Amino acid sequence: MTTPLLEVSDLSVRFDTDDGAVHAVDRLAYTLGAGEVLGLVGESGCGKSVSALSLLGLLPATARVTGEALFEGVNVLDVPARQLRRIRGKEISFVFQEPMTSLNPVFTVGKQISEVLRRHLELSSKEARKRTVELLKLVRIPAAERRADEYPHQLSGGMRQRVMIAMAVACDPKILIADEPTTALDVTIQAGILDLMRDLRERLGTAIILITHNLGVVADIADRVVVMYAGRKAEEAPVRELFARPQHPYTIGLLNAIPRLGEEGNGRARLQEIPGRVPSLSEPLDHCAFADRCPRADDLTRSHVPPLERVGPEHLVACFHPGGEWSH
Amino acid sequence: MVALEAPVLEITDLKKHFQVGGPLSPGSGTVYAVDGVSLAIRSGEMLGLVGESGSGKTTVANCVVRLLNPTSGTIKLKGRDITQLSRRRLRPLRREMHIVFQDPYSSLNPRLTVGQIVGEPLRMHKVARGRDLDRQVEDLFDKVGLRSELRHRYPHELSGGQRQRVGLARALSVSPSLLIADEPVSALDVSVQAAILNLLQDLQQDMGFSCLFITHDLATVEFLCDRVAVMYLGKIVELATREELFAHPKHPYTQALLSAAVTPDPEVQRGRKRIVLEGDIPSPMNPPSGCPFRTRCPLEPESSPRSHEEEPQLRDVGHGHFVACHLVEPGGAGPQLVQPLVGGS
Repeated sequence: MTTPLLEVSDLSVRFDTDDGAVHAVDRLAYTLGAGEVLGLVGESGCGKSVSALSLLGLLPATARVTGEALFEGVNVLDVPARQLRRIRGKEISFVFQEPMTSLNPVFTVGKQISEVLRRHLELSSKEARKRTVELLKLVRIPAAERRADEYPHQLSGGMRQRVMIAMAVACDPKILIADEPTTALDVTIQAGILDLMRDLRERLGTAIILITHNLGVVADIADRVVVMYAGRKAEEAPVRELFARPQHPYTIGLLNAIPRLGEEGNGRARLQEIPGRVPSLSEPLDHCAFADRCPRADDLTRSHVPPLERVGPEHLVACFHPGGEWSH
Repeated sequence: MVALEAPVLEITDLKKHFQVGGPLSPGSGTVYAVDGVSLAIRSGEMLGLVGESGSGKTTVANCVVRLLNPTSGTIKLKGRDITQLSRRRLRPLRREMHIVFQDPYSSLNPRLTVGQIVGEPLRMHKVARGRDLDRQVEDLFDKVGLRSELRHRYPHELSGGQRQRVGLARALSVSPSLLIADEPVSALDVSVQAAILNLLQDLQQDMGFSCLFITHDLATVEFLCDRVAVMYLGKIVELATREELFAHPKHPYTQALLSAAVTPDPEVQRGRKRIVLEGDIPSPMNPPSGCPFRTRCPLEPESSPRSHEEEPQLRDVGHGHFVACHLVEPGGAGPQLVQPLVGGS
């Protein structure tokens, strides 16, 4: 058996704020294989972004991160800042949701990509320039030579996201973490970005952690999916297995909450509602986080944290009453 | 069905152009945000207006409720021309149309309780006062699925979904004939979206209002709407009933849009052919000559040179299916780029 590229275990993140603590991530564990696309799915506040940001030390100082994240045998949660800087952007890189605010408005995009190359690969400015144009071509930006000398505001949203991706893959990273990379984009532009990510994975063998709330995007590109709820992993399975045989009521609820194109009964059908709301995370929950909203909840659910049980070869679910229907 | 009564909303050749920049600034010019839109919404009908960012759909909505004054064209509400009415003369007609905005955080006055917010149209239009007003507000809260104790809370104390329910209650408080919903669920989480869409559907069946539903999400339109209009660069490029549009999309842009929409099913999603459009939507300050879609159209070689010279008109190609494309002839099937997704298979 090969060791995974990244192995996250027992990852917890707590924020100490003036209004008390927020337990944003609670003992999360997952692995990422080389060249794999892992979808990290959940709604706002479920801890999907925070868990990823914590890997690279990108959280504010109020965050308390515990646990382990082994990348090539090194626990990246516990390395000195200098070593982390060598990993960040080179071995593991990030693409953020909003390409406008993550690019520096006062430098040309070419300059910003060159900076990464010069910093990590110590290229000369001439070499960096050449490589920058190659990268812009790689992410299919037309007239790359000219675009390299433009400022972020001169590019469209889709183009800026391509620049972000070019920057992220500049040093041929082993892992690309993409946090809602298409959420701010129109669907026709999203289609192009998804194709590009698929292409990069195939050509460069980059593993991708794709953080999204959009199950359609996951269905399109992910190999394996982790569904998160209130800071915990609710369910994990290979993508086809998850969509064909979801076991956690939250996953089922989410899947049935979305209108689908070409669905029989569109026009007069109803969508699945998930009653209630996400619990406050000010205390570590000593019961199932979904209990208040769950049709399957009982005394056991309300008093114990469900362990992750194996219900299929690679299918894990954190539910005392797993099953394929919303209620039982 | 013969529509004898006037449509609830009738927009004819609506244009809204914005002047930007002064005479000395380099980026000055005219933004052709909406450039000749015509559509009608019948009584009790839900019409979906779909398009990508910058297509002009929100500008249409803002012109209809006269938050913007149109550059030209006419807007008729239940047969009455409201395009030029003064604010004072428009005020009594505001009972007839209400809008729900996208952002439930910025569209509610933070200094009023949500009960006051919902009651405000009732007070403004002198529909109710005193105890009667309180009772009606309570009823409205009940109708949109909010506990009536929440009346005394302020908007910041409510979740996004609850706030959007408040927005709906406010809009429906005076029983308007027309509800304009501008991306009402886009800012909400998926599980909350479902509840709001179900609610909107229930309320529409219950109260019978007409609705102009604006969104970028095709699946939501297919779920909710009776007819669909697709906008591109300030113009409607296709307009048809839900069944017709989703089963037989004719305009290449509509087909591309449908093929690019992701569906939450890996088996279906990975087996689909996707039309990836080249380039970006052109600037509405400098729209292409002739067909607005020609710069990205995969069928451009076939429609050229006509597409450069002549703007295709939106015309009925049969069964109330309107398309603005040189390659779609009345009665003909038109170009088919991909198989549409129909019937859940």
